[in-house]
Amino acid sequence: MSTETVPPGRGAAGLRAFLHGLPGVDRVGADERAARLATRSIKTTAKAQAIDLAIAMVDLTTLEGADTPGKVRALCAKAARPDPEDRSVPPVAAVCVYSDLVGVAVEALDGTGIGVASVATAFPSGRAPLAAKLADVRAAVAAGAAEIDMVIDRGAFLAGDYATVDAEIRAVREACGDAHLKVILETGELVTYDNVRRASWLAMDAGADFIKTSTGKVSPAATLPVTLVMLEAVRDYRAATGRTVGVKPAGGIRTTKDALKYLVLVNETAGPDWLTPDLFRLGASSLLNDLLMQRRKLTTGVYSGPDHFTLD
Amino acid sequence: MTSDQRVDVRKTYKLFIGGAFPRSESGRSYPVTGAEGGFLANAARASRKDVRDAVVAARKAFPGWSARTPYNRGQILYRIAEMLEGRRAQFVAELRDAGLGKGAAGAEVDAAVDRWVWYAGWADKLAAVAGNANPVAGPFFTFSTPEPTGVVGSVAPDGPLLDLVSALAPVIVSGNTAVVVASEPAPLPAITFAEVLATSDLPGGVVNLLTGRRAELAPWLAGHMDVNALDLTGVAETDVKPLAEAAAGNLKRVFRDPVRADAEDPGTARMQAFLEIKTVWHPVGV
Amino acid sequence: MDLFAYAPAPESRDVVDIRPSYGLFVDGAFTDGGGEPFKTVEPATGEALAEVASADAADVDRAVAAARRAYETVWGPMSGRDRAKYLFRIARILQERSRELAVLESIDNGKPIRESRDVDLPLVAAHFFYHAGWADKLGHAGFGADPRPLGVAAQVIPWNFPLLMLAWKIAPALACGNTVVLKPAETTPLTALAFADVCRQADLPPGVVNIITGAGETGRLLVAHDGVDKVAFTGSTDVGREIARTVAGTRRRLTLELGGKAANIVFDDAPLDQAVEGVVNGIFFNQGHVCCAGSRLLVQETVADEFLERLKARMATLRVGDPLDKNTDVGAINSAAQLARIADLAEAGEREGAERWSPPCDLPGRGYWFAPTLFTGVAQSHRIAREEIFGPVLSALTFRTPQEAVEKANNTPYGLSAGVWSEKGSRTLWVAERLRAGVVWANTFNKFDPAAPFGGYKESGHGREGGRHGLEAYLDI
Repeated sequence: MSTETVPPGRGAAGLRAFLHGLPGVDRVGADERAARLATRSIKTTAKAQAIDLAIAMVDLTTLEGADTPGKVRALCAKAARPDPEDRSVPPVAAVCVYSDLVGVAVEALDGTGIGVASVATAFPSGRAPLAAKLADVRAAVAAGAAEIDMVIDRGAFLAGDYATVDAEIRAVREACGDAHLKVILETGELVTYDNVRRASWLAMDAGADFIKTSTGKVSPAATLPVTLVMLEAVRDYRAATGRTVGVKPAGGIRTTKDALKYLVLVNETAGPDWLTPDLFRLGASSLLNDLLMQRRKLTTGVYSGPDHFTLD
Repeated sequence: MTSDQRVDVRKTYKLFIGGAFPRSESGRSYPVTGAEGGFLANAARASRKDVRDAVVAARKAFPGWSARTPYNRGQILYRIAEMLEGRRAQFVAELRDAGLGKGAAGAEVDAAVDRWVWYAGWADKLAAVAGNANPVAGPFFTFSTPEPTGVVGSVAPDGPLLDLVSALAPVIVSGNTAVVVASEPAPLPAITFAEVLATSDLPGGVVNLLTGRRAELAPWLAGHMDVNALDLTGVAETDVKPLAEAAAGNLKRVFRDPVRADAEDPGTARMQAFLEIKTVWHPVGV
Repeated sequence: MDLFAYAPAPESRDVVDIRPSYGLFVDGAFTDGGGEPFKTVEPATGEALAEVASADAADVDRAVAAARRAYETVWGPMSGRDRAKYLFRIARILQERSRELAVLESIDNGKPIRESRDVDLPLVAAHFFYHAGWADKLGHAGFGADPRPLGVAAQVIPWNFPLLMLAWKIAPALACGNTVVLKPAETTPLTALAFADVCRQADLPPGVVNIITGAGETGRLLVAHDGVDKVAFTGSTDVGREIARTVAGTRRRLTLELGGKAANIVFDDAPLDQAVEGVVNGIFFNQGHVCCAGSRLLVQETVADEFLERLKARMATLRVGDPLDKNTDVGAINSAAQLARIADLAEAGEREGAERWSPPCDLPGRGYWFAPTLFTGVAQSHRIAREEIFGPVLSALTFRTPQEAVEKANNTPYGLSAGVWSEKGSRTLWVAERLRAGVVWANTFNKFDPAAPFGGYKESGHGREGGRHGLEAYLDI
C-alpha cells in the first residue's frame, strides 16, 4: 500500500474547496446549447473534410469478454486500412483493447504508426485494490501500449473522497511512464453536469492527457451535452494553466451524423485547436463503417450499403 | 349666550399625506355645507403641489407596503374595519350632516365596515385566484403571480364613505399605494376616515387623501409620470377623455367602473384592474 | 486555422411562391386596396420582393364591416366547440406548411432560418393549438360562467416576429369568439397574407379574419375606427402612447405590448457558461429585434472581467449572414430605417464614452447588416443604457450587491422582462420578486410558450398575452 500511494497534490479540504468553487452547470442550458449546435448543417466540401478528420480521430475499440487475438488482429487490419478499395482513406488514431491483448495489437500494428491504447485499472468498474490497478497499467505499458485509458473510482468520487481519486490518478500517471493517460470519468454514473465538470478538473489537475466520457459499459455513455461540459473544462483549464488536455467521447457514437455533431461541438466550444487526433478522439466500434459509407456516397454520388464494407 | 353652555372644540379638516395631516401647501380652503345648505366646516383645497407631495409619499410607501406579507395586509385591513366600527356613532353623525337620513347613514357605515372585512379576507387569496403555474412545453417551472401595479391615483365618486371605501380597499389590499381625491361635495367623512386609517397600523403614505376641486386635481394626477394607474370612477363620463389622454403619457392603466355600493359581493374586477401579472421561468434539471 | 469551415447550407427558396403583387384579404377574398401600393423589401438584399396593396379609409370600413357581419351572423353565434375545431384545423395547416412559411418569413423579415424554423413556426402552431382548446372551456377560465366576446378586434402587429405576433393576436381573439381585422407591419406583410390563404384552406367563414396591409396611416385608421370594440397593438412605446390617446374616452378596450430595456443580471455564482449563452441569446436572438431583449447586461463586479472575456469569445463564434443559410446565427436588419436607428444609437454610445467592441465579421456587401456589438463601461445615464435600440447591441454595466442590481434593473420607464443568473435559489427568488417586469427569466432567457402569460409593467404595455391571463383581453369582463 505504502509505495503505491502518492500523496495528494494539495490538501483534501483544499481540493474539495477548489472543485466545489467551480462555476455550476445548468443542465437545461447545457442541453439546449448542445442541441442547438447539433442543428448545424455540414455540407459538401466541409462534410468530406470532416469525415476524414473523424476517421483519423477514431479509437477503434473492442472491449468484449469474448475478444481473442484473432479478433484483435482483424481490427488492427481495419484500423490501418479502413477501406481496402480506397487508399485515400486515412488510418484511425488508435486501436483500443484490454491489457492482455496489447501485445497482439502492437505486433499487428507494427510499422503502421497507429498506437495501441489499453483500458486498465480494473476496467470498467474500477473496483480493485490500487496495487492491482497499477499492476494492470504496468503490464499494458510493458506490452507496448502507447496510451492507457484508466477509469476513476466513481464510488470515491460520489462519496466526496476527491483526494483518493486524485491520488489514484497521480499514481497511474506515474505508472504510465511515457504512455499517454486518458482518464475515463464514466459520466453516466456521475449523473450531474456539476460532477462532470468537477471530475474533469480533478483529472486534468492530476495529470490526465485526455479526459474521456465513458467506458461504453454504462448507459448513458457519451452524450453531446456531457462532451460540451468537458470541452468547456479543457478550454478553461488551458486558459488557467497553459496546458492543453484532449477530450474523448466514447460509447454510443454510431453514425456519421453523430460524429459530425461532436466535431461541431469541438469547433465552437474548445475551438479549432482541438480539431486534431492529438486532442480529440472518438471511442467507437461501429462508427467507422458508417463514416466509410458516407464517405463513399460523397465520392461516388450514390448511396452505398453495409455489404460493401468489412465487418471486423 | 349663557355661561353654562360649553363652547365646543371644532375639528380642522386637513389633508392626509404620508401619514400626517398637513394643511394644503396653498393655504386654501373651501366651505363645505350640509344638506340644508348650512356651513359645516372649511375643507382644505389641495393644490397641484399637494398632489405632487402625495404621489411622493405614496411612492415612498410602496416598497414596504407591497413587501408586507398578504396575511399582514389582511390583518391591517381588518384593523381598519375594527376602527371604523368603533367610531360608528361619529360617522353616522357626520353622514347625517352630509345629508343622509338616520337609517341610511347607519346602513352606509355598516356597509363600509363590512366592505373592509370583505377585502381584508382577500389579501392572502388573491395570488391563488389570480395566479397559477403555467404548463409550458419544456423543462421549466413557470408560474404567474399577481403583483401590485404601484401608485394608483383615484378620483373617488361623490358618496361620502362607502364609495370611498369601495374605491380604496381593492387598491391597497394587493399592495398598491393610493392617492385619492375625495368626494368634492362631501369631503368631511373622508378626512375623518383618514383618522381611522392613521390609527389602524396602516403605514404612512399607503393612503393619501386630498380634498378639493376634482377638476383642478385630477389632471395633475392623470398626467403625473410616477403614477401607475388611474381610477376615474368619480369622474363624469364627459370629462374622461382628456384625463385618459393625459394618462397615456406614461401608459397608466385606466379604470372606470361604477362602484357596486349595495352588492354583498363587489366582485374582483376592481382588484384585478390594479394588478400586474409577473411570469417567472426557471429551468428544471439536476 | 480554418480546419472546419462550414460550407454554405442554404434552405431552398423553391418551397415558396412569392407573387408579384398582393391584395387585401377582406371578407374571405383578396381585393384591391384604395391606397397607393407599396413594396416589401428583402432585407438580406435590399431588393423589392412584391408589391402590396394599401388600405385606405374605405377599405378599413369594408374590413370592419365584414368582421362585424361575421361576428353577428357566424362566429358570435357559433358554439365554442366548433370554433375550437376551426382553430385546430388552422394549427394543423400551419404545421403542414411550416417549411414554406419559415422560408417566407426569413426572406421577408431577414431573420435566420434556424430561428423561423425552430422558434417562430413551432410557436405559431402551438398558439393555435393552445387557444383552440380554450374555445369551449372559457367558462372555466376564471372570468365567470359564460364570458362573452368583445366583438370586432382591431389588431396591429410589428415586423420582428410577423407570423408569431399574428398568432398571439388572432388565436386568442378567435378562441374567445371575436372576429378580427389585422394589419401586419408594412415591411413584413407576406406571411400574414399567406396566413389568409391558410384561413381559406381551413374554410374559415369569410370575414372572421381580415388582413389589411398598409403603412402607419392604415393602422391609425383602424385603431380609430368607431366600429371596433377592441384594439390590440404590439410595437413601439411611442406608437402605443399615440394609440392610448386615440382610444382614450372611448368604449374600445385596449391592450398594448410595447418596448423594453431588459436587464440581464449575472451574479458571481451563476452557471457561467449557460449565463454567457443566455446573454448571447438574450440580445442577439432575432438580431436583437425583440421587445423583451436582454439589452442591458448587469454583471457583478467580482466576475465582470472573466464574464466579459467569455462573452467576447462566444460572440466571436456568431455567424452573421444569409438568413436562409441553416448555419446563420444572426441575420439581416429588417429595414434601412431600422439600421440607421441602430447605427445612430451605437454612435451615441461611442460619443458618450462607452467602449465599443465587435468580433471580426464579414458583412455581406448588399442588404442591411449590423455586426453583433458589445459596449462596456456603460453608465446608467448613457443613451444606450436607457433607450431601446432594437438591434444586436448589448450594453454592459456592473453592480456590487443584489440591492444595487435590482435598483439599476428597475431604473427605467420600461418593465417588460428581465433575467437573473445565479445558482442560489433564495437570492434568485428575492431578485425576481423585486424586479418590476412582466416576465422574469431565471437561468434562462427569451423563452416563450402559449401557456405562459407575457406582457409588461409600466410603459411596456397593458395586459398579458398567452396563458389563462391572456384570454381576459378578448372577453367582456
